[in-house]
Amino acid sequence: MEGFWVDARAFLPLLLRGAVLTVVVTLGALALSTVLGLVWALFRVSQVPVLTYFSKGVVNTIRGIPILVQLFYIYFVLPEFGIELTALQAGILGLGIAYSAYQAENFRAGIEAVDPGQVEAAQSLGMRRSLVLRRVVLPQAFRIALPPYGNTMIMMLKDSSQASVITVAELTQQGRLIASSTFKNTSVFTLVALLYLCMSVPLILFAGRLERKFGRK
Amino acid sequence: MIALEDVHKSFVGTEVLRGVSMSVSRGEVVCLIGASGSGKSTLLRCINGLESYDRGKVEVDGRRVDPSSPAIREIRAEVAMVFQRFNLFPHRTALENVMEGPVYVKKEARSLVEERAKRLLARVGLEDKERSHPSQLSGGQQQRVAIARALAMEPKAILFDEPTSALDPELVGEVLSVMRALADEGMTMLVVTHEMGFAKEVADRVVFLDRGAILEEGQAREVLTSPREERTRDFLRRVTHP
Repeated sequence: MEGFWVDARAFLPLLLRGAVLTVVVTLGALALSTVLGLVWALFRVSQVPVLTYFSKGVVNTIRGIPILVQLFYIYFVLPEFGIELTALQAGILGLGIAYSAYQAENFRAGIEAVDPGQVEAAQSLGMRRSLVLRRVVLPQAFRIALPPYGNTMIMMLKDSSQASVITVAELTQQGRLIASSTFKNTSVFTLVALLYLCMSVPLILFAGRLERKFGRK
Repeated sequence: MIALEDVHKSFVGTEVLRGVSMSVSRGEVVCLIGASGSGKSTLLRCINGLESYDRGKVEVDGRRVDPSSPAIREIRAEVAMVFQRFNLFPHRTALENVMEGPVYVKKEARSLVEERAKRLLARVGLEDKERSHPSQLSGGQQQRVAIARALAMEPKAILFDEPTSALDPELVGEVLSVMRALADEGMTMLVVTHEMGFAKEVADRVVFLDRGAILEEGQAREVLTSPREERTRDFLRRVTHP
């Protein structure tokens, strides 16, 4: 046990640096996936056939390809077309796009769960479609989509470790590097796991609060 | 004010409106009665374009109602609608519900609208519920907020789609009395209802719809007390002595 504390003191600064990158990747990908997911969802419910099919195609394509393959594609294949990204940018972009499909389905479910009577009431006031969406449908859809959104945040925090395959030195990658050079697997990966828990437990509690606040309405 | 001419409407092969022609003049209160499935609500919804119609003509103030045209929004802003299930916006307070249309559709100054909305809520007896959300209100209170929301648009006419059908019996009276007051003030109203007492007392005219067509119409008292048609008599017997 004493050895663990010694190791912790030695490795924590590096691991914390990795944890910071984990947070950066998670937040970046969360923001990107939220915006993209909303765009796909709005296309899907737009009642414009071209947009609906486009959205369906994009979501199914993204869902049908493993996240790792998408990350490899962005980091290793795009440069051949002249698009060079840093590992961090590629990681955020890859995870953001990959998760946008799930966010889109989540938002779409939220939008479709809004009572059609709400849309009619808004229309009967003379609102145009965009206003109905902005003032009436989306605020209610967000409430419905919030609890699953909380879960997505937790999954994303953990899946940010996948960015390590394209050399993003986030927490898992830092752990792997330290472990492979010191062979202190137990200490290192215990610390890595604890650090993930320190980040995800507050998120889990937060998601639970969202669920209680909005889930049952 | 509202004119329908030979309006037809089908839902997947079933004809729900079979050549309906009727009109509502300014200041008139007309009650639409009939069994469920007779097309009353569909007829009402064709007037503000929530439903399209296949044939015929619907006009409001001389303008043709066409749900696919952007002009429909102007008509909707002038012909308000009160729904059976209230359809208040649950994420907004009673006051915000009432202010929503004037502020965001008519782009009126918020301060002026707020004052008017408060007056309207007071008029429907809910001055102490301005800050309540719909979930904190009873059905009758919600429907009164919905009526205030309709009035806030300063409409030329209001369509009521079975406004008391979703209410507990003891809450029906408070909504009907608000509607009665509106009628007394000269509001043009077309009301789909099963409240025969209200129709008899408040309506100028009653229209009986049977299987998508008007079977009988006339002075409220006349139609409701001595109907000419057997089917009307039958219907009235069933609603008054269920």
